[in-house]
Amino acid sequence: MAERVGFFTDTSICIGCKACEVACKEWNNVPDDGFVFRATSYDNTGALGASTWRHVAFVEQDGRWLMSSDVCKHCTHAACLDVCPTGALFRTEFDTVVVQSDVCNGCGYCVPACPYGVIDRREDDGRAWKCTLCYDRLRGGMEPACAKACPTKSIQFGPLDELRQRAEERVERLHAEGTTEARLYGANPDNGVGGTGAFFLLLDEPETYGLPPDPVVTTRDLPAMWRWAGGAALALAAGVAACFLGRR
Amino acid sequence: MPRRRDEMVPDAEFRSYYGQPVIKQPIWHEPHMPTYLYLGGLSGAAGAMAAAARLTGRDRLELAARMTAFAGASAGAAFLVAELGRPMRFLNMLRVFKLTSPMSVGSWTLAAHSGLTGVAAGSAVTGLLPLAGDAASVASGLSGVAMATYTAVLLADTAVPAWHEGMRELPFLFSGSALASAGAAVMLTTPRAQAGPARAAAAAGAVAEVVAGGLMERRLGLVGEPYRKGRAGRLMRASRVLTLGGALLATVAGRSRALTALSGLAITAGALCTRFGVLEAGRASAKDPRYTVVPQRDRLDAGRPASVPGR
Ligand code: SF4
Ligand code: SF4
Repeated sequence: MAERVGFFTDTSICIGCKACEVACKEWNNVPDDGFVFRATSYDNTGALGASTWRHVAFVEQDGRWLMSSDVCKHCTHAACLDVCPTGALFRTEFDTVVVQSDVCNGCGYCVPACPYGVIDRREDDGRAWKCTLCYDRLRGGMEPACAKACPTKSIQFGPLDELRQRAEERVERLHAEGTTEARLYGANPDNGVGGTGAFFLLLDEPETYGLPPDPVVTTRDLPAMWRWAGGAALALAAGVAACFLGRR
Repeated sequence: MPRRRDEMVPDAEFRSYYGQPVIKQPIWHEPHMPTYLYLGGLSGAAGAMAAAARLTGRDRLELAARMTAFAGASAGAAFLVAELGRPMRFLNMLRVFKLTSPMSVGSWTLAAHSGLTGVAAGSAVTGLLPLAGDAASVASGLSGVAMATYTAVLLADTAVPAWHEGMRELPFLFSGSALASAGAAVMLTTPRAQAGPARAAAAAGAVAEVVAGGLMERRLGLVGEPYRKGRAGRLMRASRVLTLGGALLATVAGRSRALTALSGLAITAGALCTRFGVLEAGRASAKDPRYTVVPQRDRLDAGRPASVPGR
């Protein structure tokens, strides 16, 4: 297995140019996702989805404008991968999470399982799609298209350990400069998804950017779910038995 | 820096990205998914009734339960396949067995249950291999209780707040509803003299369904709200009235065929309303970011962030 790689997206230097969105679409041949004027901010992309693998959020606040390029988090404990019944979703040698589109049967289970609302099904071809962290480029020894295209190095690609260290230093520097609201999102390996392969430096609470503040991989609770279901199955068997015994 | 609360909705303190959802809504369609949930439950509990009837020597009731189990499993499988984005690839489900995927476990359960109920029904219709038919009928009791409950785990094992948080009661809601559905179908297709256990099953299942649903809504608090509001709320309320009304009728119907039929129909309609209501509540809870953000924010504010121990 190669070293685990990922993205560190430093939103404090994002200029909202959407070069990442375009580069992703070009390299991965992702179809258009509609042309909608949303009347919120400079965001006419909306949200991540089957045909949107990078999404730049624009948050207009009094006195400042926050921008952040969102992407699949390539979770350590990935709910999408856990629940996929066909094995279409798999973990690569780079520790990223990728859909094999020839295996996916479009059951749609991964879609509501993702705690970040990333993966989605394209209704025209019936398959689930999301960011592959440019699996083909990684195998060719290249960096992902979005990171390559980012003009401010807001999107940084590299070995995850290195990125985490760089991000800590960046937060310290920002705090020292007086930007005390800077915080890392997803970098902590003890969080509800075991840390993410794509993590962020944010300047406000995650929910402001449309990110869940404290996501958890749903399969963490699966043993408990099976226990409750087992109890219900036993109760059903006992209920049926009670209806059949005692009366003739 | 002052905390800006400008993006929030006034009645509950929380922030979001222009009110957009955080997670994706389940993309499962109506009527496919809820009808599959109903039919799977019907077939599963009917399998359990067939086994019990076989073991207690109730031939006529057993035949009705056997046929119900088979019909429910076959029709359910058809709805499930139609739900896929690529139905031709249904068999990819049986490419792997994954314990972490309730849909994988469910596909194998459905395959086993369909096979068993198919053998049992085939033997009853053709008169061939009666021993194998009886054995399959008894075995479908086991696959049946799994069929009737796994679908609750299927829904709970998602990021959808109204489903995930309902992980305790959903299996009881679904198994109660399954027992009521199967009891209703079997009491309608069994001569009155032998239908006693089916009527009892219909009534007991109905009560279990209503009690489990009520407990769930109460325990979930804010996240239980989607079960009470809007279309989901109307479906859940209709389900309760139909289910309890049907159960009451089942116990007082006496010799009246008309009342028995009415009771069976009411219980069936109630069970369908439950499944459509649960799907709709899940969708609503995914669509409104409040149900995702508020519980997570509360957890953080209380200093109890989520973690994944032991993995
Ligand atoms: S963010 Fe969602 S789609 Fe991406 S790896 Fe995590 S669970 Fe899967
Ligand atoms: S839609 Fe495809 S990738 Fe998603 S869970 Fe189903 S088979 Fe797996």
